[in-house]
Amino acid sequence: MAVVFQKTRGLTDVETHYCPGCTHGIIHRLVGEVLEELGVLDEAIGVAPVGCSVLAYNYFNCDMSEAAHGRAPAVATGIKRLLPENVVFTYQGDGDLASIGTAEIVHAAHRSENITTIFVNNAIYGMTGGQMAPTTMIGQRTTTSPYGRDAATTGMPIKISEMLAQVPGATFVERVAVNTPGNVRKAKKAIKRAFELQLAGKGFGIIEVLSTCPTNWGLDPVKALRWLEDNLMVYYPLGNFRDYQEVENA
Amino acid sequence: MAKGKVTFNQDICKGCGLCVSVCPTNILAMDEKAINRKGYHPATVVEPENCIGCANCAMMCPDLVITVERM
Repeated sequence: MAVVFQKTRGLTDVETHYCPGCTHGIIHRLVGEVLEELGVLDEAIGVAPVGCSVLAYNYFNCDMSEAAHGRAPAVATGIKRLLPENVVFTYQGDGDLASIGTAEIVHAAHRSENITTIFVNNAIYGMTGGQMAPTTMIGQRTTTSPYGRDAATTGMPIKISEMLAQVPGATFVERVAVNTPGNVRKAKKAIKRAFELQLAGKGFGIIEVLSTCPTNWGLDPVKALRWLEDNLMVYYPLGNFRDYQEVENA
Repeated sequence: MAKGKVTFNQDICKGCGLCVSVCPTNILAMDEKAINRKGYHPATVVEPENCIGCANCAMMCPDLVITVERM
């Protein structure tokens, strides 16, 4: 018998505070595995956001910093410029990155800071109790949109990946999901590619990961995966929006 | 003869059931008779002889409960 799957060294032994079935745990694991496989755990510095993953610094087995709400790309910029040999990433939710932190992420991409951003999109504010986020679906009921999100007053859900793909400095932009084992494996490939580009000094990379929030969606964990597929993946199509190409930049 | 072997660290399982939902051979179940120290019914393997070692369960486990071995 050969071990084909065991806990990565990229994560600590601390048990996460996430709700049962929350896919944050899967995404943490993918980042930890990629850092371990690339052999950069000792050089990695992560920046945690405000939101459910605010305590991510307890779980990643590398150096971590915490940033004010939405400001992780700014903090990561400072860290990377002072310590260019280190691998720097931010881990941010949609309430953090797509709302209060929109300016920071757009300009970090615009400057093509050589950092990697993991953007977890679950279409809701999780930690604060299920309020509407800019990414919330039309008609989705949240504590601040009890009759369902209305486009007439709140606009359409914001597509961060499509938006950042228009920014010249964004080197790598891909949207993935963690709703099936196959998609989890694809998500890991995308995360690895973004970190490899950072190691090659090619500039800013972001991976948008469609994630679930069973508690605030009011669904059990398995139904939440179906809801993600039937709703989020329809409005937020998976795929690569931008990748580094040698020819284009030669 | 089992092609694979899954081991559950039941103490840290949160009972979400994602592993059970993706097992292609339907050999996993929530252990309704047990309650772990977190207060959940943990996941367990009920037909270990039919495990194919695909690691789908481990792919979907948010809490790194599962170790997978293969022949």
